[in-house]
Amino acid sequence: MEFEGRDIISIRDFSLEEIRYILDSALRMEARMAEELCLLEGRILACLFFEPSTRTRLSFETAMKRLGGRVIGFSKAGVASVAKGENLTDTIKTVANYADVIVMRHPREGAARLAAEVSDVPVINAGDGSNQHPTQTLLDLYTIKKEKGRLDVTTAIVGDLKYGRTVHSLAHALAMFGAGLILVSPPGLEMPPEVLSDLRELGAEVTRSSLEEAVREAEVLYVTRIQKERFPDPEEYEKVKGAYKITPETLTKAREDLIVMHPLPRVDEISPEVDLTRHARYFQQVRNGIPVRMALLALVLGAE
Amino acid sequence: MERDIRVRKIKDGTVIDHITAGQALNVLKIIGFAEEFPKTTVTVAINVPSRKAGLKDIVKVEGRELRSEEVDKIALIAPKATINIIRDYRVVEKKKVSIPHKLEGVLKCANPNCITHFEPVKTVFMVERKDPIKLRCHYCERVMGEAEIVTQF
Repeated sequence: MEFEGRDIISIRDFSLEEIRYILDSALRMEARMAEELCLLEGRILACLFFEPSTRTRLSFETAMKRLGGRVIGFSKAGVASVAKGENLTDTIKTVANYADVIVMRHPREGAARLAAEVSDVPVINAGDGSNQHPTQTLLDLYTIKKEKGRLDVTTAIVGDLKYGRTVHSLAHALAMFGAGLILVSPPGLEMPPEVLSDLRELGAEVTRSSLEEAVREAEVLYVTRIQKERFPDPEEYEKVKGAYKITPETLTKAREDLIVMHPLPRVDEISPEVDLTRHARYFQQVRNGIPVRMALLALVLGAE
Repeated sequence: MERDIRVRKIKDGTVIDHITAGQALNVLKIIGFAEEFPKTTVTVAINVPSRKAGLKDIVKVEGRELRSEEVDKIALIAPKATINIIRDYRVVEKKKVSIPHKLEGVLKCANPNCITHFEPVKTVFMVERKDPIKLRCHYCERVMGEAEIVTQF
C-alpha cells in the first residue's frame, strides 16, 4: 500500500483497508518503542500550530523525535508571519522549503486541504476548525482495536455531538467498520442531520438514547466535553453539565468490559474517581497517540 | 383562434423548458435578467401541466443565449431542464442540462468559517447527489443542499 508523499487531511480520504494498514503499522511501531529508532534520521517536521494545542503538538513532536527526526515550528499564530499579514498559502509554500513534512492546526475549516494543495511535502492535519482531526480518529480506532480486538463495537458517544470535530470523524470511521452507534447529547447539541445521513448511507445503525440506557448497552463509552460557551444561558449549562457527568455510580450498570474513552482535556465530565475503575482507558488512549503518529510520519515519509 | 397559446414564440434567444415546478424565479435570478439585461424580454410560465413531470416551469429569454456557468447553476436547481437555442423562430440547438461531478468557482461555501472565504482560492464542490442536489465543499467538507444554494442567486 502506497503512503509515501500522501497527505493526511480527512478520515473520509481513507478506505477500510488503508485504515487497517495504518493501525497495523502503529502496532508494529508500538512494539519497537523501547528501541532507539532512526527511521527518520535527518528528516525535519514543521509543526505549524495557528491555534494553541498542548497534547497534539507534544504528541507529534515526541513521535518525530522517537523516530530520530527533528522538529521546527511555532505554536501561536501571533508570533508567526501571519501576524504580519501573510496568507496561509504563502506560509505553507515557504515552510515546505524547510521541512520534509508539515503538521498543521488551523482555526478555519478547510485550511489543511488547501495547505496540502500548495505544499510540495506531505501535510498532516492536526485539526482544521470544527472539521477534521484525522490523527485523533486514528488513535481512537487504534485504542478500540487494541482493547476490543475489533472495530464493529457498540459505541455510545456522549456530549457535544454538534460542534465536536472528533465525534463526527470517529462516528464516520466506526460506521465504515460496521459499529453500532448510540448518541447521547443535550438538546441543541445533537448530531447535525447531514452527519446523521452520512452515517446512515454508510449503513450504520444509529440510535439516540439516555445516558443510563447507553451505559447499559455500550461496549465503548466515548465522552466529550460540553463547552460552556455553546450555551447562551449559564444556568442551562449547569443543568446539562450535571446530567452528563460520568461517575463510578453512573457506571454501576455498565457491562463488565465497557471501556470509557475521552479525547481530553476533560473538565469535569468524568469524575477523577472513574480513573481508578476498570473501565477507564483515556490515558492509554493519549499514550496510543504516539505509535499512531509515529506510524503516520514514517508512512508519509516512505520510511516504514 | 381556438388554440390556447399562452406564450408567444420568440425570434432569437433561449427557451429553458422542463424547469422543476416552482424554480422559475430562481432561474431568473441565475440569469440575472433584471440587473444585467434590463431591457431583455423574459416570459415566465409557472406550473405548466406536463406529461412527464406533472407540472413544470418555462422561461423564455429573448435575444440572449446562456453562458455555460449559468447553465451549470440552472442544473443545480432544475436537473431536468432543457436549453433550447432559438434563431429566427427555429430551435437550432437543444440540450439537457447536466450536473458535473465537480463544480469549480460557481458557488460560495455556506460555511462562514471555510478557508475559501479568507484565502485567494477558487471554491470547489463535489456533487454527492444530483436530485435533490447535495454538494460537499472540497475544503471544509460542509454539505450544501438546495436551500443553501438558492440563497446565493
